[in-house]
Amino acid sequence: MFEQILFYWFTAVLLLAAIGVVVARNPVYSALSLILAFFTMTALWLLMEAEFLAIALILVYVGAVMVLFLFVIMMLDLKIVEREGFIRYLPIGLGVAGMVALEMIMVLQRSNFDSERYVAPDIPADFNNAEALGELLYTHYLYPFEIAAVVLLVAVIAAILLTLRKRDAADQAAKTQDIDQQVRVKREDRVRLVKMKSE
Amino acid sequence: MINLTHYLIVSALLFAISVAGIFLNRKNILILLMCIELLLLSVNLNFVAFSHFMNNLDGQVFVFFILTVAAAESAIGLAILVTIFRNRRSINVEDLHSLKG
Repeated sequence: MFEQILFYWFTAVLLLAAIGVVVARNPVYSALSLILAFFTMTALWLLMEAEFLAIALILVYVGAVMVLFLFVIMMLDLKIVEREGFIRYLPIGLGVAGMVALEMIMVLQRSNFDSERYVAPDIPADFNNAEALGELLYTHYLYPFEIAAVVLLVAVIAAILLTLRKRDAADQAAKTQDIDQQVRVKREDRVRLVKMKSE
Repeated sequence: MINLTHYLIVSALLFAISVAGIFLNRKNILILLMCIELLLLSVNLNFVAFSHFMNNLDGQVFVFFILTVAAAESAIGLAILVTIFRNRRSINVEDLHSLKG
């Protein structure tokens, strides 16, 4: 009973937050609604005993990705634009979304999809989700795991290269190191001996 | 009792809301990126639900990889967005027509 109340409460908050992401006029409100959606999704995952992924979702998404989103929104200094086309595309958007939802829910009818076959197993209290997941990840899924690391590396390099702004040498606004000049520097360029009388 | 169907219906509704968001906010790339994050989140909910109710941890490993790829995707997407804004002073999709023949 308590689990059901939690499920319906978190589902309601999740769907309202998702609607908030879609209809908010200000991108900052959209991003904040998305953070709320991630948090409530975390709660749903905790109900399904996926503790490691729940914590990872908060750390990775709320801690990194959404901060990046908010950072970009505030850096771009967007004016709150009029959403031309919001009303114009409302019928087709709602129509397509309604069809998608209706079809997926119709597939899940009791006659087609017998969810009674899949009952949640009784997991012992000392079961460690992170340990089991790590064991799977570092043995059976080791190569995909390493490829995921490469994907992240490529993403880091791509993001830095895309946003790196090259300025010409005459413009002194960009503060970068000039390695050649640093290596070629002589003692006379940097050290100045000052003779003065001692007091 | 909450069973698998409940979670799958929540996931379907979340997916539908994000699809509607992609249609409605087609002018603003930022909100499009956020809707894509929501889409991926609803797919992840499917994976976690199946993983829990079939007592098979492989689904959670897949969610792990989807999280990785989604983080990489949003980082590169935002970098492209910043570059577009720097060159054109706008992130309206309508202004991006220089590849049109």
